[in-house]
Amino acid sequence: MRDFYGVTLDNPLMLGTARYPSPAVLEAAFRDSGAAIATVSLRRERGEGQAFWDMVRGLGVHILPNTAGCHSAREAITTARMAREYFQTDWIKLEVIGHDDTLQPDPFELVAAAEALCAEGFKVFPYMTEDQVIATRLVEAGCRVLMPWGAPIGSGLGLANPFALRSLRAAFPDIPLVVDAGLGLPSHAAQAMEMGYDAVLLNTAVAQADDPAAMARAFALAAQAGQIAARSGPMPARDMAAPSTPLIGKAFL
Amino acid sequence: MKIDVNGAPREIDAANLAAALEQLGWGEARVATALNGRFVPVSARPETALSAGDRLEVLAAMQGG
Repeated sequence: MRDFYGVTLDNPLMLGTARYPSPAVLEAAFRDSGAAIATVSLRRERGEGQAFWDMVRGLGVHILPNTAGCHSAREAITTARMAREYFQTDWIKLEVIGHDDTLQPDPFELVAAAEALCAEGFKVFPYMTEDQVIATRLVEAGCRVLMPWGAPIGSGLGLANPFALRSLRAAFPDIPLVVDAGLGLPSHAAQAMEMGYDAVLLNTAVAQADDPAAMARAFALAAQAGQIAARSGPMPARDMAAPSTPLIGKAFL
Repeated sequence: MKIDVNGAPREIDAANLAAALEQLGWGEARVATALNGRFVPVSARPETALSAGDRLEVLAAMQGG
């Protein structure tokens, strides 16, 4: 089984911690889904940081700090260094945004930041487009997890380019792959997992649901169903029908 | 001297970053710091000198996706 820098997850759901109606609802979403990883960020201190950090630590899950909002390798590297000290982890979800409308990662700055951070001993989880060449560069930089987007962050569109995601899975059989961003429905999570992905990471689809805790559980169940299916050897699709009930012994009526 | 703290001008009277944080009310707080865009670890704060016009960022945990 592929692991995340030595950590094996017993639940393939990674959840963001933003945009929930209240901290209590956030806690319920993690409890009811059994999500294994929580993403967090660093922002200017306004007196609420300690309470939030205490609450997230209380979830008992792995913490994955992000570099959300960074637009250059320089910014992302500084943020990662600050996050490592604050959160006491060398895990970093590396996010370097290149376009404000799509929040598409900037592949050039992303690779530059990944090279620098891997060299400093960070365990980098790069948020990337589904481009196979960028994936190769990131692995060469030292990344041992890749996180291609499903669709733009917060869009809920699902897997916009399933062909490319499938190609990535085939091209990197030994690298843990996570579909990060763009998922809107549990079926999107199941689809990613059925392709053989190792986890899904989402936030808005859960946090903005009418009942976030129930939706988180739905995503967890779907992701687990997809994972079991992927390991069970799905049948190949075919164009023509093939009767499942035996023809032999059919009565002549 | 006047420095910029999290985007707002502040008047401080401290020779180094550790003393400045104390003065700004973050003496005991768990925060991460960057001075003029460069990360300053906790251990380096006492010997990090400040000058007028410096840009100090003081960050803490926040919700994130």
